[in-house]
This record gives sequence, structure tokens and C-alpha cells, in this order.
Amino acid sequence: MNEAAKRLAAIPDRLEPMIEGDPTFETITERVSCVTEGKPTKWWWALFSVSVSLTGLLFFQLAYLFWEGTGIWGLNNPVGWGWAIVNFVWWVGIGHAGTLISAILFLLRQRWRTSINRFAEAMTIFAVICALLFPTIHVGRVWVIYWVMPIPNAMAMWPNFRSPLLWDSFAVGTYFTCSLLFWYVGLVPDLATLRDRAKSRIKKILTGIFSLGWRGGNRQWKHYELAYLVLAGISTPLVLSVHSIVSTDFATSLLPGWHTTIFPPYFVAGAIFSGFAMVMTLTLIARVAFNLKEIITLRHLELMCKVMLLTGSMVGYAYSMEFFIAWYSGNDYERFAFVNRAFGPYAWAYWIMISCNVLVPQMFWFKKLRRSIPVMFVASILINVGMWFERFVIVSTLSRGFLPSSWDYYSPTLFDIGIYVGSFGLFFTFFLLFLKFLPMVAMSEVKGILPQANPHHGHISEGGH
Amino acid sequence: MAQIFPRWVNSIPLVLAAVALVGAASVVGFFWYYGSPKYTDVGYRPTQPVPYSHKTHAGDLGIDCRYCHVGVESQAVASVPPTQTCMNCHTLVLPESDSLTLVRQSWSTNEPIEWVRIHNLPDFVYFDHSIHINRGVGCITCHGNVAQMIEVQQDKPLSMSWCLDCHKNPGPELRPTNQVTNMKWEKGEDHKTFSSRVIEEKSINPPIECSGCHR
Repeated sequence: MNEAAKRLAAIPDRLEPMIEGDPTFETITERVSCVTEGKPTKWWWALFSVSVSLTGLLFFQLAYLFWEGTGIWGLNNPVGWGWAIVNFVWWVGIGHAGTLISAILFLLRQRWRTSINRFAEAMTIFAVICALLFPTIHVGRVWVIYWVMPIPNAMAMWPNFRSPLLWDSFAVGTYFTCSLLFWYVGLVPDLATLRDRAKSRIKKILTGIFSLGWRGGNRQWKHYELAYLVLAGISTPLVLSVHSIVSTDFATSLLPGWHTTIFPPYFVAGAIFSGFAMVMTLTLIARVAFNLKEIITLRHLELMCKVMLLTGSMVGYAYSMEFFIAWYSGNDYERFAFVNRAFGPYAWAYWIMISCNVLVPQMFWFKKLRRSIPVMFVASILINVGMWFERFVIVSTLSRGFLPSSWDYYSPTLFDIGIYVGSFGLFFTFFLLFLKFLPMVAMSEVKGILPQANPHHGHISEGGH
Repeated sequence: MAQIFPRWVNSIPLVLAAVALVGAASVVGFFWYYGSPKYTDVGYRPTQPVPYSHKTHAGDLGIDCRYCHVGVESQAVASVPPTQTCMNCHTLVLPESDSLTLVRQSWSTNEPIEWVRIHNLPDFVYFDHSIHINRGVGCITCHGNVAQMIEVQQDKPLSMSWCLDCHKNPGPELRPTNQVTNMKWEKGEDHKTFSSRVIEEKSINPPIECSGCHR
């Protein structure tokens, strides 16, 4: 081996192949495209029918909600924000992994992202759709939801730009638009692949329309790469801004336990944490169900575990810092809010949160556990349970405010639970349709990280030059 | 490989962009014009049970608005007069007229005439006539020149933005309180000094926050 070969061999990527099974460009195309071709499996139908039924249930409940009003939920006088806001923050948080993987890791040249980015981006879009549902229905009079937009009207109604709830609608709306564009631009070369493989006329036309005349020429790739880079640049600040703004919904109100400056970074870390956990859950299922173990390898999963360990520890730091500051501030109300969190009527929720979010990811310090599929599957689900409870703990702070005479305990009704469960139906309906009809792995990008794509490929083994 | 699409498909994006532009402009224009209360509400003129002419009574005969709408200076509602108010005169004037049959019938049976309401604000709007009259906002400002209407119709949009226009800048609509019912009153050349003096003296500060009208 000569010098160049030694240096190449020293690059970490070479230590463990990113794609296993010695694939070629052709086998990658075949592996990923064949899922979208042919009939769906029985399992797919089974899951799809469950999801569609839940979505139907969701729509029935929404119809009843619009008819009857938000009184069908468990909201009461101190707790005006219930599960709807908990679910909103939870779903938006899950949506953060997609853009992180596609934009930030792209800019940081983390090439392992290519196996999971399509997946994560799709998950982001569907999670943000579910997230947007909740504040929309939470306003109660959903027919005037357009009031959050600055639309000139005969009532001279204009949104209050000092309200974080308004920033929220802009932040999440922008995030959705950018994520959708990013996802779609990434899909174009792969849609062209599907178009070229399509047998039926309808599929040819549909994939033909959405691949926008992609031929894969040099000029097209040049423009495409630039567009992708620009979109990555636009999306990167959004990863940080969206959940920061979501956190200001709480942090700008003068409530002990909410009114803290740690909220924005703490929320962003939590969002990435839960987003990665959700990607993990879905990936683990899909790589088995669709036989993609060679494309999404243990190495990818291990790296995701590391991200979860990092963000989980950041969240744990934030929890302890909140307590420390509550004590250090010397403010009685702030102290009460936190003691009440850990030992008050919602202590059970608090300790679920701590065990799932802080303790569970700590096991990823061990390489053996980082590389164990059952361990990470259970952990990823527990983390999302924990992250849901984090938001519940924050919202339930409302139940004991400044005025003890109006303290009240909040408990959900069947409709609170039903609409949350229904939002899973909506999410999985979209997700299963995506798995069936679109390439779930970015074929063109995975090909780019194969050894064959390296201009020096083949030369090294022959002694280099 | 055969082409999937014919050549003319290349022009579709351009056509779509043009259609989208024109379409968006049309939708905005449609709602801007046809969705506004200026279109939907102004000119509302229902047929009343009795062919009462405001032009004859308030215009030609010069009866003051407050002769019939007695609540206007002291109450939230201006009040629609009872049949007895009509009969103050119509026992003597045109006592046999055919068009007054319903009025006489109402008078004898004590069943009120069912006038059709024209200026109808939503239930969630608190509006008080007395404060407006006492600050010197003329009837004509919101109701138009009723003294020239044979059948009354809605003259102004009564939309929230229309209310707010005046609440933000009440000066141009103010007049001396003894002229509020006068349909022929005109602003003097020094209206600005007059209105700023009135605003100062009566400390006129119309509410523009939500709870001003939505209580």
C-alpha cells in the first residue's frame, strides 16, 4: 500500500462500511425501488387499515368537537391548555429530527445521514401536519383560524405581533413549507429513477410529472446540488428557531416554572432527542419489514444512539438546572412550582419523565447496548413516552398557580385521549402511504457514498497512481 | 425509450403560473368586493308592514328624530316608537287613510306593529346610542340622510373596521350637540379647531381595544 491508500484507509468511513453487502449502483436501485413496485404485503394492509380506521375516528371526534366546542375536553379553569398543547409540542418536537438530519448533518458533511434522511424528512412532514392540527382545534372556533394570518379584512382584525402564539404559527408554517420543499427537491432524482423503471402508463405519467423532467445530466446535477445546499442553509436556522419559539409560548408568560430563559435551548435539545427516538422506532421496523438491513446498518443506528445520549443528557442537565435556579433565585413561588412538580399531585408524571428521558438514554454509554436492536427499540419508545410527559409536566404547572383558591386537578376525558390516538392514525396513514409509494431511502445519495462513487475507486487496489 | 410526454407539455408550468396569478387575483378581488359589508349589507331595504315614509315625516314635515326615537339620548337603544306615538297625530291627521289600517288595528288591539329591523349589529357587540349622541356624533354619520329616504335602507357598512375608523379619529364626525339630528348641518371652515376643542373639553377617547365593544 502506498501513502494515499494508507491515508484513505485511515478515514473512519473506511473502518466500517456505511453500506454493507458490497452493493453496486444497480442493487441499491433494485433494493429500494422494488418496495414501491408490486403489491403491498399483508402486513402493510393490516397496518394501513388500522391507521385509516384511527384517522376516521379522529375525523368523527373533530366533527363532534367543532359542533360541541372544547368543553368536551378535560380543560378547567386554571388548566386552559390541556392535551392539545401537550400533543402539539410533542409532535413538533418529533418533527425536528428530519431537518436536523437533512440540513445540519448535510452541512457538516456527515455522510452517514444518506441512509436515513429521506425517512426522517418524511416523518418530519407528517409529524408537523399532526402538530398543526392541535393548535388549530385548540382555538375552539376553528372557522376563524385565519385570524392568525395578517389578512386585511372588513373587521380591521390584525394579529398581535407581540404574541408568541403568532410567532408560533409563522415558525411552524415556515418550517413545514421548508421541510416539504427540501424533501421534494431531494426526491426528484429518485422519482426519475422510478419513472424510468415504471411499467404502467399511469405510473409513468405521475412519476414523470413529479420528477420535473429530470434526466440526470451534468448541468441538472450542478443546479440540483446548489439548490439542495441553499435549502439546507435555509433550513438549518429553522431547526433551532422553531422549537425556541414554541418554548416562548410558555416562557413569555409570567408563570413560575414557565418563565425561564433556559426554555429555548432546553426545548430544542428535547425536540432533537424525541425526533431521533421516533426515527429510530420507525427505522428499526422498516429495515426489517423491507429488508434494508444492508443500507441502514448498525453503524447508523449506533450513531443515532449517540445523538440521543447527547441530547438526552442535555435535557437532563436542563431539568436539574431548573431546580437549581428555582432554589438559587430565592423566589418562593418558583421554589414551590418545582417542589410541586416533583412531589405534588403530578409527581407520577414527573418521575416518568425523569426515568424515561434522563435515565434510559444513559445506557447508551455502553457500546454493547448501543448496538443491541431490542434495547434501542425499547429505549426509543420509552424516550418518546418520556418526552410526551415532559410537555405534560410543563402544561400541568397551570393547575397550581398563584391563587390557591383556584387550584384544580386536570384529568383528560375520552376525547382528549381519542384525538391524540387519532393523530397517530393520521401520522401512520401518511407514513405507510409514503413507504409504499415513494423510495424510502435516498437512492441517489446512497450511491454517492458507495466506494464506486469515489473517483479513486479501483485505483488503490491496483497500487494507486 | 419513448417519450412519456409530448413537447407541448413544456409550456404547462408557464400556463399554470399565469393561471395561478390570475386566479389568486380573482379570488382576492372577489372577496374584497363581494365579501365586504359594503356590498353585502349596504342598501338593505326590507319592506315594512306599514308604508311609513321618513322623507314625509322627518324631511318635509321636519319632525325631529327624537320625537319618535325617544331613547336615543339616554339609553343604549334609540327605540322604535309604539303605535301610540303614531296616533298622537293620526287620530286627527288622515284618520281614515287606508294605508294606516294596520296602525289603527294595532292601536285598538294593543298588539305592536312588527317593524323589520334594519340596522342590526351582532349580539356580541355592545353599542350605546346615548354616548355617541351626547358626544356630538350626528344621526346622519351612521344612518345616512334618513330625512330623504322614503323607505329606510342601510347606508353604511357597520363593519368593525368602519367603526374603528371613527374611533381612531373621531374629529371629522363631531358636531355641536344641538345639531346631532339636523340632516342639513355642514361643517364650518374651522372644523378642525372646533373638533379638537370638543375632544379636549369632553375628553373624548373612544375605546379601540377589544373589550371596548366586545364586553
